[in-house]
Amino acid sequence: MHGTDTFPTGALAAKSLAADAEDRATAAALGAERVPAPPSEPDFWPNVHAPDAARTVTADVARLAPVGRRHALLVFLSNPTAVAGLLILAVVVGAALAAPILFPDDPLEMAGRPLQWPGQNPRFPLGTDALGRDVLAGLVHGARVSLLVGASATLAGLLAGILVGATAGYFGGVVDDVLSKLIEIFQTVPGFILLIVLVAIAQPSVPAIALAIAAVSWPQVARLVRAQFRAIKEKDFVAAARALGFGHGRIIFREILPNALPPVIVLASVTVATAILMESALSFMGLGDPNVVSWGSMIGTGRDLLRTAWYLSAVPGVAIVLTVLSLNLIGDGLNEALNPRLGGEG
Amino acid sequence: MTTRRLPRILKALRRTALQAVPTVIGILILNFFLLRLTPGDAADALAGEAGAATVETLAALKSKFGLDLPVLEQLGGYLSNLAHFSLGVSPRYNQPVAELIAARLPNTLSLMGLALVFALVIGITLGALMASFAGRPADRVLSVVALLFYSIPSFWIGLMLIVLFSVKLGWLPTGGAETIGANLTGWDAVLDRARYQILPALSLALFYVAIYARLTRDDMIEVRTQDHVRTARAKGLSPFAVTRDHVLRNALIPVTTMAGIHLAGLMGGAVVVETVFSWPGLGRLAYEAVMGRDFHVLLGILLLSSLLVVAVNAAIDILQAWLDPRIEVR
Amino acid sequence: MAPLIDVRDLSIAFPRATPVRGLSLTVEAGETVALVGESGSGKSLTALALMRLLPDAARIASGEILFRDRNGAVSDLARLEDRALRQVRGRDIAMVFQEPMTSLNPVLSVGQQVAEVVRLHEGLSRRAAFARAVELLDLVRIPEPRRRVGDYPHELSGGMRQRVMIAIAVACSPRLLIADEPTTALDVTIQAQVLDLLDALRRDLSMGLLLITHDLGVVAEWADRVAVMYAGRKVEDAPFETLFGAPLHPYTRGLLAASPRLDAGQHYSAGALAEIQGSIASAAGEEGCAFAPRCPNARALCRAAVPALDAVAPGHLVACPVTTVAAQREARHVLAFG
Repeated sequence: MHGTDTFPTGALAAKSLAADAEDRATAAALGAERVPAPPSEPDFWPNVHAPDAARTVTADVARLAPVGRRHALLVFLSNPTAVAGLLILAVVVGAALAAPILFPDDPLEMAGRPLQWPGQNPRFPLGTDALGRDVLAGLVHGARVSLLVGASATLAGLLAGILVGATAGYFGGVVDDVLSKLIEIFQTVPGFILLIVLVAIAQPSVPAIALAIAAVSWPQVARLVRAQFRAIKEKDFVAAARALGFGHGRIIFREILPNALPPVIVLASVTVATAILMESALSFMGLGDPNVVSWGSMIGTGRDLLRTAWYLSAVPGVAIVLTVLSLNLIGDGLNEALNPRLGGEG
Repeated sequence: MTTRRLPRILKALRRTALQAVPTVIGILILNFFLLRLTPGDAADALAGEAGAATVETLAALKSKFGLDLPVLEQLGGYLSNLAHFSLGVSPRYNQPVAELIAARLPNTLSLMGLALVFALVIGITLGALMASFAGRPADRVLSVVALLFYSIPSFWIGLMLIVLFSVKLGWLPTGGAETIGANLTGWDAVLDRARYQILPALSLALFYVAIYARLTRDDMIEVRTQDHVRTARAKGLSPFAVTRDHVLRNALIPVTTMAGIHLAGLMGGAVVVETVFSWPGLGRLAYEAVMGRDFHVLLGILLLSSLLVVAVNAAIDILQAWLDPRIEVR
Repeated sequence: MAPLIDVRDLSIAFPRATPVRGLSLTVEAGETVALVGESGSGKSLTALALMRLLPDAARIASGEILFRDRNGAVSDLARLEDRALRQVRGRDIAMVFQEPMTSLNPVLSVGQQVAEVVRLHEGLSRRAAFARAVELLDLVRIPEPRRRVGDYPHELSGGMRQRVMIAIAVACSPRLLIADEPTTALDVTIQAQVLDLLDALRRDLSMGLLLITHDLGVVAEWADRVAVMYAGRKVEDAPFETLFGAPLHPYTRGLLAASPRLDAGQHYSAGALAEIQGSIASAAGEEGCAFAPRCPNARALCRAAVPALDAVAPGHLVACPVTTVAAQREARHVLAFG
């Protein structure tokens, strides 16, 4: 409605509009909830007015206000499902860190009588497998592998994705054409099949698997970063930085990148989740690192006894689901907290 | 009106074809590159499996399959073979790779197709439900359920479905593609195959159910606030008619795009699910190829599945041109 | 006979605001009533409330919307159940919205969108509805309707789209047509054509027309009666000649003084373009008359209580104690010394 539904009384209209926009900008800068609004239609009919000045202003102001970050944290922490995700993940990380203390013995060694069901023997709360290995010990040690692969694959994928995406988005032109095509090619190739090929070529080891997963997950990051860069490089503060004579490197890493990060952070949590899923699928198929116990390999070995001892497959699967779910819940919470469009309205 | 659609679709076809060419070239280069990286070869694996490998038998095997040639020549051969629609010969199966793949492809396609149907039907229904409860507890609960689906590994849910429906309830078979030796015909054969396909397709679909549910929900909520939906309500249409004829149709356009993007993922997911259910498709073939170090087959599958994704994406572009009249102005 | 639509004491509330309070309004059959006010005065919400198309967060807090249908039966739209309401929408009361760009469904042809409403309310077959759509496009003076019927909204200009919206609205010959800023989004040259069309259709179909606008030029040319809204309340209601000839409420006077489009000859526009001090936002949360903070004549009594609407002459209502008293004094003066 702004801009169209104005009175022919030019000065009056202009004044009231300016005041309106200012109010909103201030409210946004303070990270406050919507101030008790004057009884005006635009506030209640967000769809009626075109993408208007007020919103653009909030976006720019948000960048300047450090309060925005604290506000995002508050939004995140007041989201019950996000906090639940954080708690689950904390337990998994704690278990992974404490694994050598809790279960100092090699989880691949026999610990007791084989095939005891969970609850049967208090020494093995989650039972033992066909070779008498402690399922709980395997679970706790498996958390190390899952988290390590998930985190390092994501880190490598982010690094590559940001580099390619930023270069493509910032420079545009032929560079962008070529890199975009590269991203597209990698997104066209079925990721998991490529992953199998890479792991088969490289021989399975934890670092190789992490790198291979990074190789199939970077395009998504690159796509997002490219889009962010294309949008942000048009903003005034980037033009200002250029006018000050800053070099490309400084503009890319100091000016644009920090502003492009929020959605990348959201994506990162989902990427960790996907990486954990991919690692588990690989080890399930017997393509994982044979020297470490992982959740996927536990399911894979349990599969042969699916009819008689299905808990061997079920238990590690629950661990995967909970870990991945926690990461996705966190990603969701981050999205709500960091996305100004959603954050303001909840 | 159909006459009006045709030029739009032809235009989309041309644009899509132009975009696909460099992608295909890129995929070919990627394949060559990967082939160069492959360690050992099928002959080693074959000989290893056979047990006693003498130098002579090994050399004989290698020269038979052209494995003793320099890498570059191998690639040249691969390329010229490709030009003749040949993907080389698998030493392990002693059969042309293209034939091997062609034999397995229909199974994978039908599995993916059914999975996609499951994912879209369940996902869109769930999403429409979530949208109609937007902001209320039911929406919140369904959102977490969708997120849960999104977090479950397909191979694991496959195993759990086997435990429940095959082992405990005995309703559905544990794996395979059809009842061996039953020699069914007509409808019986179709039903028999369907029974074998339900569990793998469901396992594969679950992840995408979550994606489409959330996507449909968000799109519908967004479309619902658009002015033209108010116009539809002002006409006196019932809420159901408004949703069906105005909201859903607009909301589905982004969903079809996503279905195209997810096709590559679906293909990858099929590999794992097929190994769980012993489904005789490309995925199972890929698994066997990895185990046998049969890189010709493996890369053939990678190449073919990539090309398949390109082709289906082109088809989806055209579907969109049909669904969305605005497409030609973009 | 009862008016076509009789809105009594309507209030529209959001969880934290009440943008329309105690509004009463009538429209007779065949009459054009203009509801005038600036952005945020609540006029568009009022229009939506008449069709119960308010946004989810808003509700009708109090009041009645009495509507007389084709058979002379009167029902309260504010309380009508949904099924019966859907029979009214699009058939007895239709609406034309402000934004022809976004008010049509982008993925359906205009023919489909016009046909939809006649199929719904008149039960026509697909083929018959389509033929009717062509007639309706012709009725709203779209050239080559047979060809245009298959066009999609993005293929039409803004003016043409608004004609399609009008075709949808008049498809079932409604008793009341609500036009919410129907020309605001259009080029000036197109505005008059679209309003002429609305006026002609009103005459031909003997509809009541409720024209929501901020444009006094539009009001001057097409309205029979004018209701002026300020901050959610009606402040003045008069036949168009009275309102333009002898406006009483200071806000109405300010509006007329600030309007550049009125012809000379009315003494307000003789001087330079005036402006009303302050903005509508400054009215929020005030006791008393919402216009008082911006009003040149405001007294203590203006801030004490919300002024009631007084009839200063037959058909002329004003909610301003200061002017009412002055006008009455003047009237007495005329009586005594005239």
